[in-house]
Amino acid sequence: MSAAPALASVASTPPRRTPLKVQHKGAIAALTIPFCTLFVLFYLIPIGYAFWQSLLVVERDGTYGEATKVFGGFQQYALVFQNEAFWDSMGRMFLFGIVQVPVMLGLALLFALLLDSSLLKGRRFFRLAFFVPYAVPGVIAAIMWGNLLSPNLSPFTSLTSSVDLLGPELVLWSIANVVTWVFVGYNMLIIYSSLLSIPSDLYEAARLDGAGQLRIAWSIKIPLVRPAIIMTAVFSIIGTLQLLAEPQVFQSFSSAVTSTFTPNMTVYATASVPNTNLAAAMSVVLALVTFVLSFSFLKFTQRKGIS
Amino acid sequence: MTTTAVRTRGTARGPRDSLMSRTTAMIIMSVFTVYFLLPIWWLFVASTKSTGDILTSDPLWFADPQLLSNLGDLFAYRDGVYLRWLGNSVLYAGLGGLVATLLAGMCGYALAKYHFRGREFMFSVVLGGVLVPATALALPLFLLFSQVELTNTFWAVFLPSIVSPFGVYLTRIFAAGSVPDELLEAARLDGSGELRTFFTVSLRLMSPALVTVFLFQFVTIWNNFFLPLIMLRDEALFPVTFGLYGWNTQLNQIPELRMLVLVGALVSIIPLVVTFLSLQRFWRSGLGAGAVK
Repeated sequence: MSAAPALASVASTPPRRTPLKVQHKGAIAALTIPFCTLFVLFYLIPIGYAFWQSLLVVERDGTYGEATKVFGGFQQYALVFQNEAFWDSMGRMFLFGIVQVPVMLGLALLFALLLDSSLLKGRRFFRLAFFVPYAVPGVIAAIMWGNLLSPNLSPFTSLTSSVDLLGPELVLWSIANVVTWVFVGYNMLIIYSSLLSIPSDLYEAARLDGAGQLRIAWSIKIPLVRPAIIMTAVFSIIGTLQLLAEPQVFQSFSSAVTSTFTPNMTVYATASVPNTNLAAAMSVVLALVTFVLSFSFLKFTQRKGIS
Repeated sequence: MTTTAVRTRGTARGPRDSLMSRTTAMIIMSVFTVYFLLPIWWLFVASTKSTGDILTSDPLWFADPQLLSNLGDLFAYRDGVYLRWLGNSVLYAGLGGLVATLLAGMCGYALAKYHFRGREFMFSVVLGGVLVPATALALPLFLLFSQVELTNTFWAVFLPSIVSPFGVYLTRIFAAGSVPDELLEAARLDGSGELRTFFTVSLRLMSPALVTVFLFQFVTIWNNFFLPLIMLRDEALFPVTFGLYGWNTQLNQIPELRMLVLVGALVSIIPLVVTFLSLQRFWRSGLGAGAVK
């Protein structure tokens, strides 16, 4: 099927016929070298440097001696694994992701299916209205919602005076609301454009067999847009673990958002101490966890699709 | 996408669409329209109010609208630092997005249209880059830039922003499907050089994907928070979102800033909304490309 999961299908594309000799060497070099140079400079070297920094420890010559950085093996990683604040923030993001990502993608799928159905009037309007929040940067969205949810500014005073949406129990979900608000429309559009590319004769056949809209959505549309849903899910998983701007802004509205609320905030707080070597080790662990999660999600969903 | 692949919309109403399911669908969409647009309406209304009215008047309706004088205050505050931030953002995101798109388009095109050793390896490494969280790079980038004393400069935010592995991924897929080999052969027979063909013919054929990559990168840079947070100390270099974040953290000490934060927030989203709406016929066709091929 041509619609295999997006990221993986390309990587495993079988090589086409191998040419006898490489042609157009000059053009290939001119086209690829600029990107590759910058990719090495600003992706690969930083990753390598973070890893190298994470292997160093600071050693002092006596209490007042000069601090020198020496190779310490995986000592920083041992500290990361003992660091409660870091794992608390990780756990918080797992909880966040398990709830927020399915809710957001579920809504996005629902809206995309409705846009694609014959049930709606004014599709163009809804499509744009739902997408507009994506144009609002996370910082600005968080400032808006922070104001809307804080008890003394909110237009919904009856709600915010009875429930403390910015208190320790609920602030995580208030932040989830901000992220959902921004990204539902974006994910909706990705799924919707994937729906548009399904040839309509598939529906004709189903309709002749007596299938209703719901049945068509469930048995034809959703399976065919699976790759789009998987792609949005992978990007959402990555985004969740990277969360930084929204909670950082919410610190101004809620004392419940600590400086180690998310993994990235913990990295930043640790780097500001300054304990850059430990922060580097945290960055590496965070990147690895993100990579493993998104990659195993891809593998898992692919295997499920085949069986 | 050819016209035959697109169904004609609105003609598919079957006899099974009962009045009830149509009403339910409209109610769901209308309720969520309120959810998505109400905060923006609130921001717009709040931006027209004086600092006092923001706290005391009806949050969802106007009270003595004074948007123009608020805008005047915003642009005049501290010698127009806000306009400077806005300019910085346009430069970081606009110029950065353009350069990133061109570089990614060139590389993606080469990966799609030429056979060379290490091509699949190169693509796999770049694909791995898509999965590397950008924020994981912020700290090591800071450490590296401080080695060469480039932190707290324009370049510290600009240079890392012009690398878009996702752009390479998307343009490669798109170029493979939309730039026919026969066309390149024909150009070769006509004596056109490879690069000239790329810049005059192929780039145009790839434009839906390029617009998508540009928008994606534009938004990513415009929204970038960790990099300015960790790199910049000098207020004159801030992008607008980061400057507004700074004002917002000072609200407890300087309550008058609230009005400026809200007007500033409103003004800062206008360029993004305009960019999106004006380019929508391009990105709508490009968005699906990453998923369906």
